[in-house]
Amino acid sequence: MALLTKKDASLITDPLADNNPITIQVLGICSALAITAELKASIVMAIAVMFVLGLGNVVISLMRNVIPGKIRIIVQLIVVAALVIVVDQVLKAFAYELSKTLSVFVGLIITNCIIMGRFEAFALANGPWRSFLDGIGNSMGYGLILVIVGFFRELLGSGTLLGYKVLGDPITKTGLYATGYENNGFMIIPPAALIVIGIIIWVQRSKNVALIEDN
Amino acid sequence: MSDKRLTFKKRLHIIKHHYRGKKMAPAFNALHTFLFTPDETTHSGSHVRAADDLKRTMNTVIMALIPVLLFSMFNAGYQYYAAIDAANGTVRELSVLGNFLTWDNFWIGIIKVLPLVIVSYGVGLLVEFIFAVIKGHEVEEGYLVTGMLVPLIVPIDTPLWMLAVAVIFGVIIGKEVFGGTGMNILNPALTIRAFLFFAYPTWMSGDKVWVHNAVDLAGTPDAISGETILGSLAQGDVYSYSISDMFFGFIPGSVGETSTFLILLGGLFLIFSKIASWRIMLSAVIGSLVMGLIFNGVVDQGWIGDTSKFYGLMSFPFWEHLIVGGLAFGIVYMATDPVTGAQTNRGKWFYGFFIGFMSVMIRVFNPAYPEGVFLAILLMNVFAPTIDHYVIRGNIKRRLKRLKNATILPKDSEGEEKELQVETA
Repeated sequence: MALLTKKDASLITDPLADNNPITIQVLGICSALAITAELKASIVMAIAVMFVLGLGNVVISLMRNVIPGKIRIIVQLIVVAALVIVVDQVLKAFAYELSKTLSVFVGLIITNCIIMGRFEAFALANGPWRSFLDGIGNSMGYGLILVIVGFFRELLGSGTLLGYKVLGDPITKTGLYATGYENNGFMIIPPAALIVIGIIIWVQRSKNVALIEDN
Repeated sequence: MSDKRLTFKKRLHIIKHHYRGKKMAPAFNALHTFLFTPDETTHSGSHVRAADDLKRTMNTVIMALIPVLLFSMFNAGYQYYAAIDAANGTVRELSVLGNFLTWDNFWIGIIKVLPLVIVSYGVGLLVEFIFAVIKGHEVEEGYLVTGMLVPLIVPIDTPLWMLAVAVIFGVIIGKEVFGGTGMNILNPALTIRAFLFFAYPTWMSGDKVWVHNAVDLAGTPDAISGETILGSLAQGDVYSYSISDMFFGFIPGSVGETSTFLILLGGLFLIFSKIASWRIMLSAVIGSLVMGLIFNGVVDQGWIGDTSKFYGLMSFPFWEHLIVGGLAFGIVYMATDPVTGAQTNRGKWFYGFFIGFMSVMIRVFNPAYPEGVFLAILLMNVFAPTIDHYVIRGNIKRRLKRLKNATILPKDSEGEEKELQVETA
């Protein structure tokens, strides 16, 4: 017996590729631009969103039959806010430096369109287990793009990966820097993330023509 | 005349037919039509073609750039030797035939400027060829001018690999993603310049990069300086160049931007060959003069003291903005790009005016970027479609109004004229 039925598994795998929240639905772009200058921040952000979205989806799904329709957005916001505060406090307690790097963007997970989008589109209409899988799947799709963007931006912009100087030391000119290579300052600034995401979207749609929208 | 050439041409035609429909056809055709007119005739549609096709338009611009390029090669050497003299405490007096148009100077130009040109063309055309083969269309000529502009707007010691990276970025992100030549929003050459500027700022600004070898010699006993006039002004320093030096271009700066005189000649050539728009050039000049006058006025009124960090650039005589830095080069060769500029005649006036206006404004208010021209042009590139949109809408409105108020006197069936109000809703 498979761990997940085919239908359930597709909740996890679809958002990774053909229904990716960032590249296909174009949601959650703001945080993808802001915090991807370093790979570490991207990973932590991805985990934080995974926690919030996975749990939030379950909570909303459990409450879906008792939430009055008129105030559901407020209820959703309270749930996200509560979870985000937990994440924020945990980061401040155990990874203070990182929480400073992420600054307001942890708090801004509340406004991340992916989260409200999944609550509205999925958790309000599905059971807790499926909602949990959907939350994990979508946050993994989000995290995947974040990690790809963070990887290229940190590698090309700072010459490091997770803080390790993989390309050599730019000050003492070792490794690749001895050949005259220099870090690309453009990759540090947020517009570079927009361009990297744009390239990912470009590559993805040229591989799968069915994804191209007709105008 | 020579039979050999004919057979060469014929042979190319044969190879071309051999390649037809194959994947590599666009790459071969590009080389082929660059040298010879194709042996094909139009099979349908119009049979009359204008001789000034895209390729000839591009070549005209390149012709206008050749004098600038040659001058810049001499100037590269002259600035280098002048900086060495200055470091040794002597002043190099300019004499055009004596120490400017010399083989020594030209040699520096050959070893420093030519590689920039070669890398720019080599990498740029390679990217174009790859895209043409992938997409299966003919190679577009768009890169011919860009490839010549790029080496002229970068500092002389720009490392070649940086230029290559920037060219790849500029051609792909600036042009190919939008659909290739003629579809781009931003001027590709300026996209490349902007990429270099933000990616490798230490190589694109400061007081060392404008003269050959100044970066390498920095910190050694032989250190030389290569500050541009704008850079000196931004720091409130004095500079020792005369007006004629600035006008004729015997000053440090990006490779090809220094000689306003030759740029002016190139601009006139482009205007008389009807390649570039005189409206954009004229309005950009007016725009920069207006902004310069405003700043001069602020200084004259005493609103800003000589302790202000803006004083140096604000008190700079308004018309001299045109002969230092890249303003003239940008106005003549960049702002007039027919693809990214405004298309309507009235729009061109606005577009040009704001380019001049913003260029001088960025220069003065942001001493970190004394060269604001490329930013101003890129900004207006983005706004050009909006300008055109409003110009066209304004035109439609005006004509509708005229039509509404017009009295039309059609003849009725008995041959008498009868007044009739046209309905326009």
